[in-house]
Formats: sequence, C-alpha cells, structure tokens
Amino acid sequence: MTDLSEIANKIREDIIAMLVAAGSGHSAGPLGMADVFTAIYFSQALNLNPKNPWDPNRDRVLLSNGHICPVWYATLARAGYFNHDEILTLRKIGTRLQGHPHYRELPGVENTGGPLGQGLSQAIGVTLAGQINNADYRTICLMSDAELQEGQNWEAIMFAGKNSLFRLTAIIDRNNIQIDGFTENVMPLEPLADKFKAFNWSVIEVDGHNIAEIINAINKAKAIFENPTVIIAHTIPGKGVDFMEGDYTWHGKPPNWMDAVEALRDLRTLGGKINYE
Amino acid sequence: MNNLATREGYGEALVELGEQNKNIVVLTADLADSTKVSDFAKKFPERFIECGVAEQNMAGIAAGLAAAGKIPFISSYAVFSPGRNWDQIRVSICYSNLPVKVIGCHAGLSVGPDGATHQALEDVAMMRVLPNMTVVVPCDAGEAKQATLEIAGIAGPCYLRLTREKTPVINCSFTLGKAEILENFGYDVALVACGPLVYQTLLAARELNDEGIKTMVINNHTIKPLDKITLLKAARDCGAIVTVEEHQMAGGMGSAISELLAMNYPTPMEFVGMPDHFGESGQPEELLAKYGMSTSKIKEAVKRAISRKVVIINGS
Repeated sequence: MTDLSEIANKIREDIIAMLVAAGSGHSAGPLGMADVFTAIYFSQALNLNPKNPWDPNRDRVLLSNGHICPVWYATLARAGYFNHDEILTLRKIGTRLQGHPHYRELPGVENTGGPLGQGLSQAIGVTLAGQINNADYRTICLMSDAELQEGQNWEAIMFAGKNSLFRLTAIIDRNNIQIDGFTENVMPLEPLADKFKAFNWSVIEVDGHNIAEIINAINKAKAIFENPTVIIAHTIPGKGVDFMEGDYTWHGKPPNWMDAVEALRDLRTLGGKINYE
Repeated sequence: MNNLATREGYGEALVELGEQNKNIVVLTADLADSTKVSDFAKKFPERFIECGVAEQNMAGIAAGLAAAGKIPFISSYAVFSPGRNWDQIRVSICYSNLPVKVIGCHAGLSVGPDGATHQALEDVAMMRVLPNMTVVVPCDAGEAKQATLEIAGIAGPCYLRLTREKTPVINCSFTLGKAEILENFGYDVALVACGPLVYQTLLAARELNDEGIKTMVINNHTIKPLDKITLLKAARDCGAIVTVEEHQMAGGMGSAISELLAMNYPTPMEFVGMPDHFGESGQPEELLAKYGMSTSKIKEAVKRAISRKVVIINGS
C-alpha cells in the first residue's frame, strides 16, 4: 500500500496548496480523509472510471459533509477526472470547484452537499433508483461524525435499515471534532456503532489511515446482503500536519502562507522521518 | 355544479402518468390516502415509496432518485412539505435543478377545523423565491389533473399547491405559464386569482357586473414563471388590479404581480389574502369571511381599487 499512501500524501499537499490559495476553507477534515478518498478512487474496490464519469453502471460516491470538498476535488483531479491545474481555482469566481460541491459541476461530483445531514437521504434515493431499475451499482455516502447531530440523518438511517438497502454503504469520518470542540463534549455520539446496529445496519470499524483496511471494509460491505453497512473510519483530523493533528481549531480555517510552508515540510518529510528530495 | 377537490385531480393524473412513464415515482410521508396517491401505490407498488413521518428525508430521497433519472412526486401537506423541508428543497433539489415535484396538499385556510398549525398560508412565498422552481396553483380538480400531467414534463423542480375541500369545477383550459382570461365584462378592474378562490372571484365579477362595474377575471394558476404578457396587458387595459389568493398577502401571488408591475407598469393594486395573521379553527366559509377572502370582500377590494384609479387620474 506504499504507493497508495504516497498518493494520499500528494492529495494532502494539494489540499494545503488549494486552501492557502483560496484563503478560506476547512483544513482538518480534508487532511484526515485523504486516505479514505484514496482507497475509494485509487483501488479496484469500486466501479469508477474517470474517463467515463457518468457511466450508468458506475458505482456512485456522494459526499454529505460538503465542507471537506478540497479532498474530493484533489482526489478527483489526481485520479484524472479533470485537469489537475484547475484545483487552485478553489472558491474563486467562476470556478467549477465551488466552496461546497455542486451537483455535476465537475466530473465525479454526484451531489450537492454542504448544509449538513442531507447526503445520506440523497444516497438512499440513488440506491432506490438502482433497485427499481434492477441495476447492480453500489452507492457510497461519505459523511462526518458531527453531522449525525442533524435529525435528518436518523430519518435516513431508519429508512435504509427498514428497507434493508444492502447496496448502500455509509463511511463516517470519526475524527471526534467539530467547530465548537470535541463531539463528545458538544453533543455525544457514542455508542455510535450500537446506534447503527439498533437501526438494522451492519457496522465495520476501521483505522481511517490504514488504506488496506479501508479497501477491505468496502469489499466486505459488498458481501453483506441483509442490510446497509456503515464503515466507521477512525481518523485523526489534520492528519499528516503535526501542528494541525487533533486540534479542533483547524476544523474551519485555512493555513496562511507560513503555516502552509510548515505543513508542506511536514508532509514532504513525513513529519521529519525522511529527508525531502 | 360539480364539486371536487383539487387533490382528486392530482390522484387521477398520477395513475395516468404511471402508465405512460416508468420513471414516475411517488413518495409520501404517511399521508398516502389523504394526498390521493394510494391509487398509484396500488397500481405501481414498486414505484411507490413510503417514507414515514419524515419530510426532510423524503425530499432528499427524491433528489437522489431524480439524480438517477427518476421523476419523483413528493406528497404531503403543505405545512410539512415545503413547510418542514425547505432547506432540503433549496439545497438538494433546486440548487441541483432536479425534476422533483413537490406537492403541497391541504393548503390554505380552508382546511378549517384543523386550525392554524395546519393552514399553510406561506408556502407559495417559500417556493417562489427559489431559483429554478416553477410554482402552480390550480383552481379546480380538472386543472389540477392537467397541471399534474404537464409538470411531469418540466426538466426542473416544481411546486404544486393543492387543497382538501371539494370546490366547484370551473370550465377552464390549462396551459402551463399562460394566465387564462375566464370572464371579460369590461375594463374597470382586472381580477387576478389563483386556486379555488377563482370561483369566488367569478361570483364577485358577476355580481359587480349586475351593479354596473365591469371587470375581467384572470385565472393565474402559474405563479412562477408569471405570464407577463397577459398580466401587463390587463394592467394597461384596466388600470387597476385586484389579486385574490388563499395565502398571506406578503410573498404570494399578489406580491409576485406587484413586483412585475412595479418594474414594468406601476398600477394601483389591492390584495385579497391573509392579512399577516394566523388562522384558527372553523368552517372554511366562516374563515374566508372572517379573514377577508369572501366574495363580498373581493367586491369591496374592487371598489377600493377603482377609487384609487380615479385619484391617480385626477392627480395627473
């Protein structure tokens, strides 16, 4: 998985460059989810083709917590969905890389997201359409942990459980932070796995920085035909940048130029463990 | 005269649509019978989705279905959908410009005994401010049926406002986006109405005609996009407009027309609608009388409009 880890690290460098160029945006979440996004777009676990992004048979990947879109855009660009140069237009006037993702604005962007709690319902609709059409595609909904504080999610979790939507997989970024602090202080989510089990979901917990483990979990979910699966990915917010890791104050702000230099040094030396070539 | 509820026309049209187009799907939030989607549900169970009492999730699911090629109709009471799920309609549906049809049933003061909590009087305002949204308020069951069939073909989202009460069936022909002149006694005032109050407006116009006041009655079922040509012509021909709707005066059909006139042809206007007030329990006709939407109140508004027209002429 060394190659994939290297890709994830390149995506993190992109995220820092994009945020510093944009001058606004979220840092911790995108960095924390780079390994999950790499697992989704750079493994063979899902049927995704950047050269044919709207293939009717493709698996669908939706992002509910749209504010982490720098990681989605950077991953899509690195995977070949659009020109990599375009990533630096993030949040600028006229860009396709909107501050929060807009449905089909870019190849691979399957949904509009931002106001929290809406993506899982959208993903259910996409899954149901496939079921009505007797199609085989799977739907992946990427979500944050704190967005589960929005009530709409529990309407959706109830619905998917009742209807045993086994082609639906939710992946939750369990990074334990939100704007006002730690999730367990702001509004506790635990016992999270038990909550999903009580709503008739299968639960897989993974280290959200172990790409092999994430791929394995996505594949495992494909073999579950009884109910929908949630993969709880335990991540470190700000992963890869020492001064951001685990610090909730980096949830909603971008690095400035000085921060960015330090962040890129961290990423390029793996926190000082290697020399930067 | 035959009385039918607009929701009945909707229910009939859905079954026809279901037969014509396999992409039609219908969702409800625990209100299948009263929003008249149960016939569709019986006939096409694989395309009927029961969401339980969860309007926000229903709107989001509809967005996902539409993104995957379906034409979803989401059916509930207007106080819940769009009342409860406006953000989902805004973000998941309208911003993505997905062809979800939001059906707000039991709208207006006329749900009567259920009281203010269930009397949707703000829904048109909430829907018409959303980019990409089409807004339609049919006046009777026949028009509701025709409107349902037509909006299925719109590439973007649409809000269709329906009512519970059985109301008179008026002979009208529906063309989306085209206001219809139903009666033309003369050019003293143009009465512009939507929804079942079109009937009360026609009664008012006939009584006024007997009193020597000559009005025209326009059935303005499509509130967005407005039929600018017909409405501006009526303003020029009559020089005064009275709007009639079962909705808050603020933000509804009357407001939409006042925006059009203010920018193109400023004309004295009177609004018949809910005067910034919540409703209460009561019989529909009692409530319409109490809150100023009865035939006699429409006639009073016409007379006020005429008096303002005179003042302006004298002042010029």
